[in-house]
Amino acid sequence: MSAAALSVLVIDENRIRASIIEAGLHDAGHRRVSVIHDVTGIAARIAELQPDVIVIDLENPNRDMLENMFQLSRAVKRPIAMFVDRSDTASIEAAVEAGVSAYVVDGLRKERVKPILDMAISRFNAFSRLTHELEEARSELEGRKLVDRAKGILMKSRGLSEADAYALLRKTAMNQNRRIADIAQSLITAAGLLGSGEEQ
Amino acid sequence: MTAQLQVTAGFMPLLDSALLVVAKEMGFAAEQGLDLRLVRESSWANIRDRMAVGHFDVAHMLAPMPIACNLGLTPLATPTIAPMALGLGGNAVTVSTVLWEAMAGAGARPDLDPLATGRALKAVIAERAEATPLRFGVVHPHSGHNYELRYWLAACGVDPERDVEIVILPPPLMADALGAGHIDGYCAGEPWNTAAVSKQVGHIATVKAAIWKSSPEKVLGVAEAWATANPAALDALLRAIYRASEWCADTGNHGALAELLGRAEFVDCPANWIMPALSGTIDMAGGAIAQVADFFVPQAKGATFPWKSHALWFYTQMVRWNQVEPSADRAATARDSYRPDLYRAALKPLGVALPGANAKVEGALRVPTPVGSAGASLVLGPDGFFDGEVFDPADLDAYIAGQKKAAIEN
Repeated sequence: MSAAALSVLVIDENRIRASIIEAGLHDAGHRRVSVIHDVTGIAARIAELQPDVIVIDLENPNRDMLENMFQLSRAVKRPIAMFVDRSDTASIEAAVEAGVSAYVVDGLRKERVKPILDMAISRFNAFSRLTHELEEARSELEGRKLVDRAKGILMKSRGLSEADAYALLRKTAMNQNRRIADIAQSLITAAGLLGSGEEQ
Repeated sequence: MTAQLQVTAGFMPLLDSALLVVAKEMGFAAEQGLDLRLVRESSWANIRDRMAVGHFDVAHMLAPMPIACNLGLTPLATPTIAPMALGLGGNAVTVSTVLWEAMAGAGARPDLDPLATGRALKAVIAERAEATPLRFGVVHPHSGHNYELRYWLAACGVDPERDVEIVILPPPLMADALGAGHIDGYCAGEPWNTAAVSKQVGHIATVKAAIWKSSPEKVLGVAEAWATANPAALDALLRAIYRASEWCADTGNHGALAELLGRAEFVDCPANWIMPALSGTIDMAGGAIAQVADFFVPQAKGATFPWKSHALWFYTQMVRWNQVEPSADRAATARDSYRPDLYRAALKPLGVALPGANAKVEGALRVPTPVGSAGASLVLGPDGFFDGEVFDPADLDAYIAGQKKAAIEN
């Protein structure tokens, strides 16, 4: 039987991540892929889709509800179990680390599911790397803005050149073992409290 | 200086995460030489999974969870023990404003009395006849909430399997689900009942502390392998949590505790949502106040002691609601999941009250009663069930058979 015959349901409140997983499944030849962002009324959807594999993100607060639904399996015509192969602890760990879990219908061979889980794990990891990098870029930009404002305050209140203002900020940060952006933020706050320097 | 002992604990944003949060934030863990790291989680399934893969050494757990893990009722479970409880009580049953009005019409009074409100609910259900069954939310199938809601309903003549529908929802979403009409009522821990009252979508009908006085709710779940490999860290943790429980019990600290738990990294709610559970002054709806004795007990009455009779009662309810087939081996697994021996060993050096027994007859104490203890004197109870039934852990089969018989007669 070809991999394409499996019906896969992706439950993820994060739309971007869900579409990344969906694209990955399509690339792997899966054509019966459905994505759900909101779990309201999910029982009916599961009854209709009859998924063989369900991929779910671990941030979802409704995981307990979903697991219970899978176990009771009234809405679900075939019992669904968590993807657990105890011998494969590496897979389990990798999934939990990545923040994803998978459930499969009873009797489905693990070789058919493993590639799906592996793909989900690698896409989840790629997504968090991306998010992390974006976050870093944003915070770096924020930091640079703060440093610019702090430099302005020092230049105005102490008559320093821009280079000297920056050197003072950097020296203070090194002495206090803090980030230069944190020192800049403290200075801006203090200046605001003292009513000196720039306007907020 | 010796290396610090490290422990990572998972917790859910609930009132009774208080003991772990206070152990860390008020310095009791550090005092025991312990570097306690707290990680907030969004589902009990995540707590279980992250414990199984070793991310968490210990966790804030629903009291029946370690038993369910050891009985193999959940996927990906790791052998888990409960060497300490994290308080007694703390839950309530909230119904929608519409359902409360119907119940009031059928004789329910705003006094939290389980029998009167339960009978009123039965009358409302009888009138509905063929309409869609009322839907109640609980937080997990293996939870004190599920079992006490079912116990209350069954004892009032409502069949939890046939007369109502019980669904699973995460506690922070309960109040909104009630307001949106997705559910008609729920049993959850605080502050998630007060949340519905505050949002004016629900009425607190009864409380855990009235259904079963001094009843178990959460435990410290510990990965058995970690406990075996790290006895010193476990002892230090139990001592730190015990000290935290004393701090939580001091009424002088309640304001600070409410502020602390309300913070974004813990329960993340207004501090005034935490106060009712701490003071026992419960706003049932629209300012109708009831004073509840022992609503949440963090320390007194052996509130942190892992009674084997509590473990066994949960086991009888798992059998009652067809979650597990009864057997002597399974009963033993349930009983052995709770570890009062580890509790005593860790706390003995503190000279605090240690119960002499491992189990007690639940429901036997009608009034506060001094009991045999070591270290300091100990008063337990009252611990009665609202229907007057008594659970003798020495006679499991009779209790299970009695509940089956009552169900048939109803």
